[in-house]
Amino acid sequence: MTPEFITYAFAFPILGVFIGLAYKGIDRRISARLTSRIGPPIRQPFWDVGKLLLKETIVPENAVAWIFNAMPLVAFASSMTLLLYIPFGILKAPLEGYGDLVVILYLLTLQSLAMAIGGFASGSPFSSVGAQREMVLMMSYEMPLATVIVGFALVYKSFSLTTIATTPVWTMVGPLAGIGILLLFIALIIVTPAELAKLPFDIAEAETEIAEGMLAEYSGRNLALFYLSDAVRGFALAAIEVVLFIPFTLSSIFNLNLTGASLYIVEGLWFLFKVLVLYLLAITLVRTSFARFRIEQASRIFWVYVNIIALVGLALVWMGV
Amino acid sequence: MAKTQYYIPVGPIHPALKEPIRVEAEVEGEKIVKVDVKRGFAHRGIEYMGMKRNAIQTLYLSERICGICSISHPYAFVIGSEKALGIEAPPRAQYIRPIIAELERIHSHILWLGVVAHEMGFDSLLFWTWKGREKVLDLLELLTGNRINYSVFMIGGVRRDIKESHIKAIKETIDFYRIFTEEMKDVFLSDPVYKARTRGVAQLSKEMALKLNVCGPVARAAGLRMDVRQDNPYDAYADIGVRAVVPQDIVGEARGDAYDITLVRLYEIEQSLDIIEFCIDNMPEGKIMAIPNYVVLLSKIKKTVGEGIGMHEAPRGEVVHYFKYDGTRDGPAVWKVVAPSYNNINSWAPLLLGAEVADIPIVVAYIDPCMCCNDRVAVVRDSDGRTLDYSLIRRKAVEKTMKIKKELGVIE
Repeated sequence: MTPEFITYAFAFPILGVFIGLAYKGIDRRISARLTSRIGPPIRQPFWDVGKLLLKETIVPENAVAWIFNAMPLVAFASSMTLLLYIPFGILKAPLEGYGDLVVILYLLTLQSLAMAIGGFASGSPFSSVGAQREMVLMMSYEMPLATVIVGFALVYKSFSLTTIATTPVWTMVGPLAGIGILLLFIALIIVTPAELAKLPFDIAEAETEIAEGMLAEYSGRNLALFYLSDAVRGFALAAIEVVLFIPFTLSSIFNLNLTGASLYIVEGLWFLFKVLVLYLLAITLVRTSFARFRIEQASRIFWVYVNIIALVGLALVWMGV
Repeated sequence: MAKTQYYIPVGPIHPALKEPIRVEAEVEGEKIVKVDVKRGFAHRGIEYMGMKRNAIQTLYLSERICGICSISHPYAFVIGSEKALGIEAPPRAQYIRPIIAELERIHSHILWLGVVAHEMGFDSLLFWTWKGREKVLDLLELLTGNRINYSVFMIGGVRRDIKESHIKAIKETIDFYRIFTEEMKDVFLSDPVYKARTRGVAQLSKEMALKLNVCGPVARAAGLRMDVRQDNPYDAYADIGVRAVVPQDIVGEARGDAYDITLVRLYEIEQSLDIIEFCIDNMPEGKIMAIPNYVVLLSKIKKTVGEGIGMHEAPRGEVVHYFKYDGTRDGPAVWKVVAPSYNNINSWAPLLLGAEVADIPIVVAYIDPCMCCNDRVAVVRDSDGRTLDYSLIRRKAVEKTMKIKKELGVIE
């Protein structure tokens, strides 16, 4: 353990939370502008978290208190850990070498799972229905998600994210496998809103149907932790997609000869910009322009259509490599 | 054994409801296996209040029965009153009234389209439709002075004339809504997600619709050709010859689901535009009040012994007002209001049974319910299910007030 490693380990989660909340603010603002509203200021999510932390935390009478209180912590911890696996642009991930894409898949699942368990433990019918829906949704979208990761393992013969980040995927594959990778990208983009519980797949939290579902009984600090882990997860997922599919660095595009600090700053900002663009396209635009699906409709979409896209992509990659 | 059935209480306070009512659903997974609808959370005793006031005050009170149909209730009120009094509004007033009523129908239907989009999580559509609705509210403000409670009808006429300068604004608004309705048709009727969420949801067959006695767009979506403006025309509607908008005329068959009701409401907006256009083109000249002096009107009411029924096709269905003037006071001795939501809420329980939890908001919203319209009585029961009588409730209320006074140290 080097001092550099320790610095990373502390700086990354703090930076991740900050950027996650800022992106959430930008997302809300742009979504509001798209629907001809003014929208909240970009720092609104920070105020929201601050307010929630000040509020009283209420545990329902018939909830299983320790599970109910533990699950926000689990979700928050897993999203913080998730941040440590993401290579920021050309920076290396702090936990590089301690895990790979499969761990990331697990950490993403763990958050949804924590919310579902918290929902079951809160003893409210709305939460129970929401948690059931979340479980069904997870079972539906995990398969295409896993297919994407297997596709990458086929190309690189490795699950390591750093290997993937250092060598752009498009230079590794021929035209046929390139189409396959593109299909995998489309599948992952469709999975993104479901993974983040955003429209059109926010079925587990449907406000008008089951009153925020799994989160119905959460308040105060517990809700703030879920809010934070949600914000971080949104940023992290977009970042992973950028690392996987849009890995081009600014220096490689423009043949820049940057060194030292300026290289890190320019590439860092470029990475954040790429993530923001993907975030807006895959989350903000989609959630503004769709209605909510019913759970069985969403399941069918993932099991049939998205799976077909992902599997065809995988087959093309397999043939092309 | 694991519990497989959950009890889901929707309401009286719930994000899917805009007004208090209670739907108690027993669900198994996502399927609803048992359902009960409980009403009576918004009873205000408004009919009783109306029977204590004079007829003109009660007319304004009738506007406050519903937040949206603030012309439909006065319309039924003035028609019923005029029948009981044996007077008739002047021809010009008879043409002005439908204009206001149809403008209200347009804004109410656009409101509904936004609400149903919100219920399925389509908030951008909600904002877009409601942005378009502002224009008709502006026009209503121009014509009547108010956005919602117009206070423009009077027994035997209307209180405000439509002038030449108004007609230009009305024509501009009609042109705007011709385009806007086409756009809404595009968005609502061809959006795949909207279709997926409404096709087959809240499906009411023709037989079922007759059995449940539903009315208004709900009945028309099921294929029943019923519309008060067509069956029992009044005022200028008799000259226009309104035909009920039914899906079988538009797309060939009526399925009676939430998609069809969207279709009916969208085409009714166009029908309303046609009616307004006809009314402004054919508006006769003349006075606008049969009895312009309110004192004379009230004294005539005081001398009248008689009864009357007024009906109007509100945006949600037929609204019926019954009056009895007994010749002793200047207000109605009996005033009974039957609002369309009362019949339409009957369809909830059969439609929810076997449906999914995700369909609850759509089934609840598709009739465009108005709770404060339909609550006519409130019954209080004790824990054993016995009905408590009025004197007991009153005594308890007084005791409670006394107790609070004592606790707070208020001395009279």
